[in-house]
Amino acid sequence: MTIQFKQETFRDDFTFSNSPEAIRRFPFPFDKDEYMYAVNIEQHMPGPVKSPFEFPIDIDEHYVSEMRDRALVLKEDPLRCQSLPHMITAEWDLLELLMESMAKNYPEHFTLTRDGDRWHWINRPLGIDQAFTFGDVSTLPQPPMEYVTRQCQGDFALLDQRLDNLWMDAGMITTQADWSLDFDIGMNFMEWHAPVPLAHDMGIFERALKFLLNLQQGRPVRRLNWTMTVNPRLDTSPENYHKWGADRTTVTPENVGDKVHLRVELQALWRLPRSNAIVFSIRAYMIKMNELVTIPKWGRRLHRVLRDLKPELADYKGLTRYRADTVAYLAKHDDGAPTSPGFFPDPE
Amino acid sequence: MSGGIEIPVRVVEIEQATATVKRFRFAPVSGEPLPPFSSGAHVVVLMPAADRTIRNAYSLIDRAEDGSSYRIGVLRTPQSRGGSAFMHEQVTVGTELKITMPVNLFPLVHAGRKHLLIAGGIGITPIFAMAEELRRTDASYEIHYAMRNTSSGAFVDELRARHGDKLKLYRDDFQETLAVDAILPNQPLGAHLYVCGPAGMIEAILEGGREAGWPEENLHSERFQAPPTGEPFSVRLAKAGIACEVRGDQSLLEALEQAGVDAPFLCRGGACGQCEAAVIEADGELVHNDHYLTEADRASGAKIMLCVSRLKGRELVLDL
Repeated sequence: MTIQFKQETFRDDFTFSNSPEAIRRFPFPFDKDEYMYAVNIEQHMPGPVKSPFEFPIDIDEHYVSEMRDRALVLKEDPLRCQSLPHMITAEWDLLELLMESMAKNYPEHFTLTRDGDRWHWINRPLGIDQAFTFGDVSTLPQPPMEYVTRQCQGDFALLDQRLDNLWMDAGMITTQADWSLDFDIGMNFMEWHAPVPLAHDMGIFERALKFLLNLQQGRPVRRLNWTMTVNPRLDTSPENYHKWGADRTTVTPENVGDKVHLRVELQALWRLPRSNAIVFSIRAYMIKMNELVTIPKWGRRLHRVLRDLKPELADYKGLTRYRADTVAYLAKHDDGAPTSPGFFPDPE
Repeated sequence: MSGGIEIPVRVVEIEQATATVKRFRFAPVSGEPLPPFSSGAHVVVLMPAADRTIRNAYSLIDRAEDGSSYRIGVLRTPQSRGGSAFMHEQVTVGTELKITMPVNLFPLVHAGRKHLLIAGGIGITPIFAMAEELRRTDASYEIHYAMRNTSSGAFVDELRARHGDKLKLYRDDFQETLAVDAILPNQPLGAHLYVCGPAGMIEAILEGGREAGWPEENLHSERFQAPPTGEPFSVRLAKAGIACEVRGDQSLLEALEQAGVDAPFLCRGGACGQCEAAVIEADGELVHNDHYLTEADRASGAKIMLCVSRLKGRELVLDL
């Protein structure tokens, strides 16, 4: 399967859009007409063909342009990629996981050849051909985590496990929904989740942490999370809030369909073999309102979810200012018909 | 959703390391490399005994660099419930077994500034792997290895070759004793201690650490234990509608597995918490043998760890 990679931007003129195929495979996160937190974790098993869950690491039509955007972010702010010294083994584990998965599932685009610790990596879409020694940092142009995540869609945090907690001790975070690696680095699981409303009182983080501490090698898990973003901007970081915060005031009834995006994060967690660390991947997918309503079930359902969302959650997700305009737009695509259970579009 | 992935392996080498310890080398039946593991990890070995499958956890000693084998060490215990006897008497070169994926409940703290590794007897197996990782990464460490006598030191030669004078031996027959108060004080800030061995030794070392002023979070131990035996009792699963008897020489988890229940587990030693079950009714007294539940959990009488704990009484009803 050869992917046609699009040339598009996630800043300035914002030329990002989804092809009809990309719309149909969008990981719509609501399986019913309302939303509340849940520990919605499931095994990260291969999903339906062509869905974003088909392979452990999903590469799509936005790959080349997303990697170009990541390089721009890093050039302006190198602290988006940080790693504490004790995380080097976890970095190599991550490099192996990503290269193995990409080469196995997208052989037209990526090739990995291993001969003991002598490895050879070919990335055709980005024009990279690199021979290196696994475990020897001096044989790569960047440290292993930075090297491989400059070539893989999604943000990645490496979590060290010690003292019955998880510690965010390394990461490549350039496409985030308003959180900062530079702020969170070195924090534990409870500390970096402290700003989330409501969920603490529900005991969600205690249960999630207990579950993750026992995460097993070879049995990754995933969950979906969501927010909304004005303009298709991948880098909605606190560091750059001055660049995108004001975008929220630019939504009008006329431009809602093009400007407002549902942003879904496919989050997956793997136990890494050599380091016993966990990698937490956060892959962002964006879809414009006028793309989303081409799937009638999703238009109806998102209208009902947003209309009935608790105010605390709307505030936390930063969509209070443009929620009314978005609900009004979606109301025009909701005829009140019942929706079928589950995430996927109805057959046509 | 039980123990997860199982890997078929073949025994390719058996070494009689001492009178009571054998080392086994496992190779993957499929030929696919065995996965790398982090030092301190164990696998559960599934042994096909005549009347049941025995499942015992064993620490991994090492992995061949190309993934072609793992090694474990097994002590023949006099009060064996079947597992170590099976490994010593039934298993020969060529025997096929299944193992689970590696799980690590005794990890190195990679952020530590110095590492004190303390092993007693067969407790050397996870310590062996940890020492190797520390050597490879140029970390600061010491190994303290206590044994009954010189001939029972199953790993001395290999350890000496790799670690030189970082290895200190304590041999009962040489009147050498591991003096806690000699090695624990005056260690640098940020040092971590790891101990694996007989229960009494673990307690003494940890107590010594506390007395020397070590923070609790810098003291680590692995206390695998075989499920203690006891009186037989009945168990009923309210949701599944299954009832069965737990024999005196059988754990609750083993009885459920024999009854065809796919119960979750990881360590089978009361440490990981994976097999926690909710108690609906207990006609008798719960005997908690795990290291996982808090005092409050125990006092509530509402939870039990299936792998090592049991009922002293007639019938236990679980919310399963």
